[in-house]
Amino acid sequence: MAYSDKVVDHYENPRNVGTLDKSSSEVGTGLVGAPECGDVMRLQIKVNPDTQIIEDAKFKTFGCGSAIASSSLATEWVKGKTVAEALAISNTEIVKELALPPVKIHCSVLAEDAIRAAIGDWKKKNNVAETESALVGASA
Amino acid sequence: MSLATEIELLESTPVHTGVQLPIYMDNHATTALDPRVLEAMLPYMTKIYGNAASRNHSFGWEAEQGVDKAREQIAKLIGATAKEIIFTSGATEGNNLAIKGVAEMYREKGNHIITQVTEHKAVLDTCKRLEKNGFKVTYLPVQADGLVSVADIEAAITPETILVTIMYANNEIGVVNPIAEIGALCHAKGVLFHTDGVQAVGKIPVNVQTDNIDLLSLSGHKIYGPKGVGALYVRRRNPRVQLNAQIDGGGHERGMRSGTLNVPGIVGLGEACELAGAEMVAETARLTQLRDYLRGRLEAKIDYTAVNGNMDHHLPGNLNMSFVYVEGESLLMGINDIAVSSGSACTSATLEPSYVLKALGLGDDVAHSSIRFGLGRFNTKEEVDYVADKLIDTVLKLRELSPLYEMVKEGIDLTKIEWTAH
Repeated sequence: MAYSDKVVDHYENPRNVGTLDKSSSEVGTGLVGAPECGDVMRLQIKVNPDTQIIEDAKFKTFGCGSAIASSSLATEWVKGKTVAEALAISNTEIVKELALPPVKIHCSVLAEDAIRAAIGDWKKKNNVAETESALVGASA
Repeated sequence: MSLATEIELLESTPVHTGVQLPIYMDNHATTALDPRVLEAMLPYMTKIYGNAASRNHSFGWEAEQGVDKAREQIAKLIGATAKEIIFTSGATEGNNLAIKGVAEMYREKGNHIITQVTEHKAVLDTCKRLEKNGFKVTYLPVQADGLVSVADIEAAITPETILVTIMYANNEIGVVNPIAEIGALCHAKGVLFHTDGVQAVGKIPVNVQTDNIDLLSLSGHKIYGPKGVGALYVRRRNPRVQLNAQIDGGGHERGMRSGTLNVPGIVGLGEACELAGAEMVAETARLTQLRDYLRGRLEAKIDYTAVNGNMDHHLPGNLNMSFVYVEGESLLMGINDIAVSSGSACTSATLEPSYVLKALGLGDDVAHSSIRFGLGRFNTKEEVDYVADKLIDTVLKLRELSPLYEMVKEGIDLTKIEWTAH
């Protein structure tokens, strides 16, 4: 199986690997996937409470190279965005950027799910209404 | 010499830096042609090109002599007689011919076949096709160590049973089934016994007499012979096994397999068998030592590993290990100058993890993390060191990336988490 150069680059030099303090009210944690399915992603965001800008993002992923690349890319993309902007990231953009083949599309879906789960966790912690993001729905 | 001493000795040997990359360590998939086999084959590619079935000129006789010699060489390796060897295109054809050939020939006697869930697809899919044609097939489970239970086979035999087909050794986890016991049971019950011997023949002692085997499939390319040639052993006495041919034509191979013989391939298969028999003892010792050394090096540096399959009844060159909390395909990606296989779903066309590993009762997560090393005749200690170094580096790097590993290290019970299966 041939991987795109971008997947190889993220695999070899994953961005933003690590762990944020999940007990902090500024941190949202998304844990998606399942070990039996062969991929688990944990994506964490640190949100500035005043600006709602994602100031930091970290990930750890158990999965194939495409799963690692998708989550690494997701952390790059959410950093510097507001929560609302981050929610607008769709898996199809990840597929395009990484040139994922059809059998690897689920990796990008998982990355999108991870972003949403992390934001959802942060919102829950901070009592931000879920409806604010309802307009951005439509995932693959 | 104890194993510990052997490993110590190996470790004290200076490491040579000049290994040739990529390294091939996937010898269950196929093997390189031994140059000595090629040498034996070459004259049959150019000078001795006759049809072995041409009875009225020297071209045919010379070709036939080559075929006759190969038949003897193959028969000798498995304790058979030359007349009991039927040439095929490989073990897939051998398995098809044995199972379908018996099923069709003995249909009036019964319609029940027994096999096990960890067989190669060449056996499983053949059985599935027979099921569509009205046969009943029992797919026995295997034990946690990958071996089939002889008691289970005995319990499954009915008056309708005409064939038991159980592989000699498994291609993924390398376990060696209790073939002699199964053969004895089948003969006592008057049921024919076929074994897919493709991973075992030439690697460990196989004897169709002492093992009570009635039909045995083997292939050239798994034993440093050419691809596209194999043989099926078909017992001629006690009992005399009859087969319904699957390929009709000129009546070659006692009418069981028509088609002009692949003389160069057959000569190569014969030579490969001869070499395998002559070198088996030394090769077994060397490969077992290398394999245990590889395992020892990996286990010394990597925690949460598991060896899959019974290691007491095992092929010398096989090591199937799971590096839990690291996904197999990502591991292969990190060691891309080494050819090995993984049971990970992502490496399969079906996106399903290895059915063999699942049959051991291992969780899918362990199957996803598995790597199959297949050490062979041409692997060196230097290569094993390179593989161990690279694998250790890659696993440790991927563990740094693994949320599961971090959670386990923090004492979190992963089974208690509500995962979102997708």
